[in-house]
Amino acid sequence: MLKTIGLRSVDDLFAPIPAEYRLTRDLKIPRQMAESEIVDFFRQRSRENGDGYTSFLGAGAYFHYRPVIIDSLISRGEFLTAYTPYQAEISQGTLQSIFEFQTMICELTGMEVANASMYDGSTAAAEAVMMAVRLTGRRSVVIARSLHPEYREVLATYATHQGMPLSVAGFGDDGRVNLKELESSITPETACILVQSPNFFGTIEDVATIGEIAHKHGAMLVVSIAEAVSLGIIEPPRQADVIAMEAQSFGVPLGFGGPYCGVIATREKYVRQMPGRLVGQTVDKQGKRGFVLTLATREQHIRREKATSNICTNQALVALMVNIFMTVYGKVGLKELAKQNLAKTAYAAGQFAKQGKVLFGAAPRFNEFVVQTSEDPSAINSRLLGHKMVGGLPLKKFYPEFGNAALWCCTELTTRSAIDTAVGLVAESERSVRSAKEEVEEVAR
Amino acid sequence: MKHTTRKATRHVNQNEGLIFEKSSAGKAAWKLPPLDVPEVDTSKLLGASERKDLGSMPEVSEIEIIRHFTRLSTWNYAIDLGMYPLGSCTMKYNPRVNEAVARVEGIANGHPYQPEKISQGALHIIKTLSECLIEITGMDAITMQPAAGAHGEMTGLLMVRAHHQSKGNARKKILIPDSAHGTNPATAAMVNYAVENLKSDSRGMVDIGALEAQMNDDIAALMLTNPNTLGVFEQDIHNIADILHAKGGLLYMDGANMNALVGKARPGDFGVDLMHLNLHKTFSTPHGGGGPGSGPVAVKKALEPFLPKPVIMTKSDGTLGFDYNRPQSVGRVRAFYGNFGMFVRALAYIQANGPDGLRQTTEDAVLNANYIRKGLEGTYDLPYATPTMHEVVFSDKLQAKKGVRTMDIAKRLIDYGFHPYTTAFPLIVPGALMIEPTESESKEEMDLFVEAMKSIAEEVEEDPKTVLDAPHSTRVSRLDETAAARKPVLRWKPAG
Repeated sequence: MLKTIGLRSVDDLFAPIPAEYRLTRDLKIPRQMAESEIVDFFRQRSRENGDGYTSFLGAGAYFHYRPVIIDSLISRGEFLTAYTPYQAEISQGTLQSIFEFQTMICELTGMEVANASMYDGSTAAAEAVMMAVRLTGRRSVVIARSLHPEYREVLATYATHQGMPLSVAGFGDDGRVNLKELESSITPETACILVQSPNFFGTIEDVATIGEIAHKHGAMLVVSIAEAVSLGIIEPPRQADVIAMEAQSFGVPLGFGGPYCGVIATREKYVRQMPGRLVGQTVDKQGKRGFVLTLATREQHIRREKATSNICTNQALVALMVNIFMTVYGKVGLKELAKQNLAKTAYAAGQFAKQGKVLFGAAPRFNEFVVQTSEDPSAINSRLLGHKMVGGLPLKKFYPEFGNAALWCCTELTTRSAIDTAVGLVAESERSVRSAKEEVEEVAR
Repeated sequence: MKHTTRKATRHVNQNEGLIFEKSSAGKAAWKLPPLDVPEVDTSKLLGASERKDLGSMPEVSEIEIIRHFTRLSTWNYAIDLGMYPLGSCTMKYNPRVNEAVARVEGIANGHPYQPEKISQGALHIIKTLSECLIEITGMDAITMQPAAGAHGEMTGLLMVRAHHQSKGNARKKILIPDSAHGTNPATAAMVNYAVENLKSDSRGMVDIGALEAQMNDDIAALMLTNPNTLGVFEQDIHNIADILHAKGGLLYMDGANMNALVGKARPGDFGVDLMHLNLHKTFSTPHGGGGPGSGPVAVKKALEPFLPKPVIMTKSDGTLGFDYNRPQSVGRVRAFYGNFGMFVRALAYIQANGPDGLRQTTEDAVLNANYIRKGLEGTYDLPYATPTMHEVVFSDKLQAKKGVRTMDIAKRLIDYGFHPYTTAFPLIVPGALMIEPTESESKEEMDLFVEAMKSIAEEVEEDPKTVLDAPHSTRVSRLDETAAARKPVLRWKPAG
């Protein structure tokens, strides 16, 4: 090949790089490894990474069962190793599957259009808010404090340089956003209200009333959904103008936080301000149905600095996982799956309530709940780790006002015996703390 | 037809409707275990929040689902089927060991909030990959949080802004060459910087005179792709950096084309202050029909305080953890820590190659692009004679005389069994054909490609209609994109 090109050595190919910048030594990276060594390296890392633990963690990342056919199908090279479907004639597989994905997301969220995916739930929420800012021509945003704290951080980062002032509305004793505070935070400059439902505490927000408040003041309602399985049994936020979703629960591995699958869904009339790719139906020259990427004039490769977003690469293969998951469970299965989550959580919350204090019981919840204890939850969790269990997420970092509290989550994979064991281990400390307190009080008397 | 291809043969493939059209009540592909806790009265628990109906969600059996998606898959072209010469997209082989290790239980099922004590495996992976990428780029620190290249660009410009702000003036503009990816200007807008265009010279490189004239205290940074989108290495790179630095500006490198440099040259050595990498390009993680990607941003020491939080750290007891105490950080750009699954794959790729393998990968990628260039020079117009690195850009100038444009040639290439090259980009070449073979292609596969491209050029002369009406052998012919955009149908709806 070198001879064909007319060069003597491979080094000649790199002549355009000034000699002083050419690397003349080996990179200092690990030596080349055999496949067996690579597999062994990652198996070792796996053993150091909570393999075999029973977990009660949720908080935006949920452990649901993944039907095996998801990996069989997404491992097909035609899906795995294809690029973005710009050449429609040889990408109909990807395009049709995205069209089906968009349809099912619409069906589940009650919206009219959905895009082909965003990076994740947090960036989808930030982009949805920026969409509302463009649509209303207003700049400020009211966010519920019960929105995932890391989503709030991401939004703050995105908003900083957009001149978008953010205000935060707190929550009431039922864990739902405080409606009075919410309404009083709205100004004529408020582009949208952003709430999450089920919210960070697992509590289902009164979206209908929040929607009324927003619309009364000419603001939009953006709803973030982090636990997609809830859509099987919880009425979707139909009053929302934009929904920003994290679909990880639908067949996407926890994977230490990513890749996940964000999605934005909205009303048809807002579609031209929507970020991200969209697949539309059309016909070929013979009138045969086919699918193409469409409305690309919103996107960066056409509009450059005037685009609705800079997003290019999305989460297509993860969206395919989500698509297959939705297809497997479908109309009946999703409901039954959601019901099991609800039942396990109701049982667990009931058991915990006998030992500690479960907050926010007055409003309905899906599969998460906050447990307040006398003992620091980190200490409780250390004890649980000894039983190969990971307890709820300590909330001190995010909500210091709760004192000793943790966010627990149950899914269809959480067994009754695991719940009973965890409750027993929490109770141990509650009992000992109680008796210690009694002792102290006795001594004092 | 006079012209035939050795690459592909027509073959029957299955028809398949939309999944909704196959659905019928009572079919199911799921089974839940028996409930081991008491059943609940959902209407009592949820009240008005209870959902009654899931509309037209499908009901299908498992074999139907398997067939549905398998049939769809056969309508796609893929790297696994052959050369995928999309310039700038770096469609290289995606090793299967990457997929295997990403699915090892403790790696696939690690929860992002599990205690650090039982997350040492994941942290070790992130740390090792970070160190490799820092060494490969010649930078000092890195964030793995950005989810894709464009997200990395945004993160980078946030850091640029924070850097300037710390010096008292955030500045107003970003300089972007006219050959840049569309994400560059779109990103600048997201970080509230104005975009100023920088023109290329006759070599297809940054016009140094123009840069000198345009550089002033309002310019926050130059976003430069190197090698640029013409596949040309910016030979004046250090001069460019000096011009920027002299007036306090920063040099941001779009690392989309880092696969032309790995093991051969390091951006940190030639004046770059910060850059993103695309793990889904240079480091072989699969494109998956459009994502997921991963866009780590590597920076020089001076920018380290501004990295998104958290950053990984070694604690006093020698274990790894996350450092959230970063007062100068630009904040968080994504929930959790980034597309971890892509880190696993990228690290496996680096391990499978080692220093020698990575260097050879780069050499082969550049060799292959030059081989294609040699093969097609003369047949297609080469607007810039400057030496080619990992990709080569031709134009349709010769074929346009017959009314055939780059997109038509691309569509005809489909009939020859190839995925097209990138069409109509970069914008500085009218009617561009941007070809990137990557290191994955053998001489045999590239010979077939050159043969196909030459054959199409002959067809353009003899029978342009064949090319204009292409593709002729696909399931669907050219689709009506105008109609799709005019009256968008973005979801299936039940009849009636």
